[in-house]
Amino acid sequence: MSNRNGEGVLSKGDFGEVRLEGVTKVYEKADQSQRVLDECTFSVERGKLTVLMGPSGCGKTVLINLVAGYERPTSGRILIDESPVDGPGSDRLVVFQETALFPWMTVYSNVIFGCQVQGVSRGETKERAGHILKKVGLYEFRDKYPSQLSGGMQRRAELARAMINDPKIMILDEPFRGLDAMTRQLMQEFYVGLFEEIGRTNLFVTHEIDEAIFLADRVVILTFQPGKVKAEIEIDLPRPREFHMLASPRFMEIREQVIDLLYEEASKAFAAGSKAAYDLMGAIVARKGACEKCE
Amino acid sequence: MMSRLKARVTDPQLLRALIGILVFVSLWYLFTAVLNLPRFKLIPNPIAVLKDWFSFTPASGRSIFTKVYYLDIAYSVGRTLAAFALATILGVSLGLLMGWSRTFYDFTFPIVELLRPMPPLSWIPLAILILPGVEIAVVYVTFIAAFFATVLNTLLGVFSIDKNYFLAARCLGSRPKDVFMNVIVPGSLPFIFTGLQIGMGISWMSLVAGEIIAGKQGLGYAIYEGYFLYQFEHVISYMFTLGILGYISSAAIRAAGRKLMAWEARRRGA
Repeated sequence: MSNRNGEGVLSKGDFGEVRLEGVTKVYEKADQSQRVLDECTFSVERGKLTVLMGPSGCGKTVLINLVAGYERPTSGRILIDESPVDGPGSDRLVVFQETALFPWMTVYSNVIFGCQVQGVSRGETKERAGHILKKVGLYEFRDKYPSQLSGGMQRRAELARAMINDPKIMILDEPFRGLDAMTRQLMQEFYVGLFEEIGRTNLFVTHEIDEAIFLADRVVILTFQPGKVKAEIEIDLPRPREFHMLASPRFMEIREQVIDLLYEEASKAFAAGSKAAYDLMGAIVARKGACEKCE
Repeated sequence: MMSRLKARVTDPQLLRALIGILVFVSLWYLFTAVLNLPRFKLIPNPIAVLKDWFSFTPASGRSIFTKVYYLDIAYSVGRTLAAFALATILGVSLGLLMGWSRTFYDFTFPIVELLRPMPPLSWIPLAILILPGVEIAVVYVTFIAAFFATVLNTLLGVFSIDKNYFLAARCLGSRPKDVFMNVIVPGSLPFIFTGLQIGMGISWMSLVAGEIIAGKQGLGYAIYEGYFLYQFEHVISYMFTLGILGYISSAAIRAAGRKLMAWEARRRGA
């Protein structure tokens, strides 16, 4: 792992650790209560990339909102470095499913937004922005508006906007959703490289099995309604990672394991009639078939 | 330079616009000068209108070579601008506040929705009774409908902003003030400008009506006067003057909008 600390712009080692203890979330809707998360206990380890997986409707987005501080758990605790989460904070940054870049600002203005509202000095803002824009390869595009960028560039701009605040924890909710397959693969490769360079505690949500294993140090699988931790799988693939690993025997092995675990939950979701689960099932079945053929 | 000019003249869009105008004027000429249709007896034909409009010695005393013509324009433009500026400042502020604060919205929305549909002209008696001077009453009538159009569109603009932008702003460390300045204001601009366009249109309409009923000068008043004095040439030339002024004011708002919302234009690929 390369250990350059980004010329002092991005801190090294001062990352947070997230600990969820018996987190339960119940939504009360007109005399009907829905238990979305049930006694979730796991850690997002310091400086590691933890991927959260599970069928649609297992409460992944709710869990993310809880860690981000947008919502509060019904019971249980969420601790960041031993202190409980109390609302959103700039130590955690969320990158959303749909791009949330401000369309009325240029890439540069978007990226420096966090610095501006937090009153970082002009000189420092400029230095940080220049460094981070170069890192994500958007320095030449800094005066463009988001709508003038491709999907992949928009996601990179969004990562830059998140990273400039030097967060202890990055929370990414299916950040590569909606990108075409090729761009998605390139973004995964880009992101894994970035993560390996700058470190940072990552909580990353995805549906994509290959994406999850390729990026993760650990995969946490949630059950379908209510969301409970079904399994935690350590991904022991060596870093730095590159795409050839997708064909390695160890990768295949892990994938089989993940698929089997997900399959049970996806079929429950499928039986419950979730459209998204139907899609996930389709994908799993296709993968399994493909695997048997290649063996 | 020459080739650009040539390209403009042969531009099919311009050509079609000219043909459209030509057809309209021809029909007008046909009805009034050639066919002499019964209900069109008193209506002057386009040539008579143009002659009067551009005459050194107009029968009505109002042409582009008379001082009174520009005085009428100045009165009407002044009233409209005053009313429009007021409607923009107050309307945008109220709309933004209503969109920003749920509590404020709860207090204000019902009363806004009750007052909004009242036709501007129905305000004339109260405006004259309450406000000092007829002049301010006319401005008020011009203002009121534009104001509500601006409020409503601004409010819809705030509601149209994607929820994710608020979440993103919050997690990047924004205080409410930052959210207001960086998300609510720019995010609602496209709707605000739609509101301003509508507001400007309504302003001109209510202005003329206000001037007819309560005014002493201005284009609307002069049109009404022309009607009583059988000076129909100047009634029509003043109508076209209003059309041109309305066109210019709309174009000015569009230009300002384009300037303020470069990002919108880029999004549309313009």
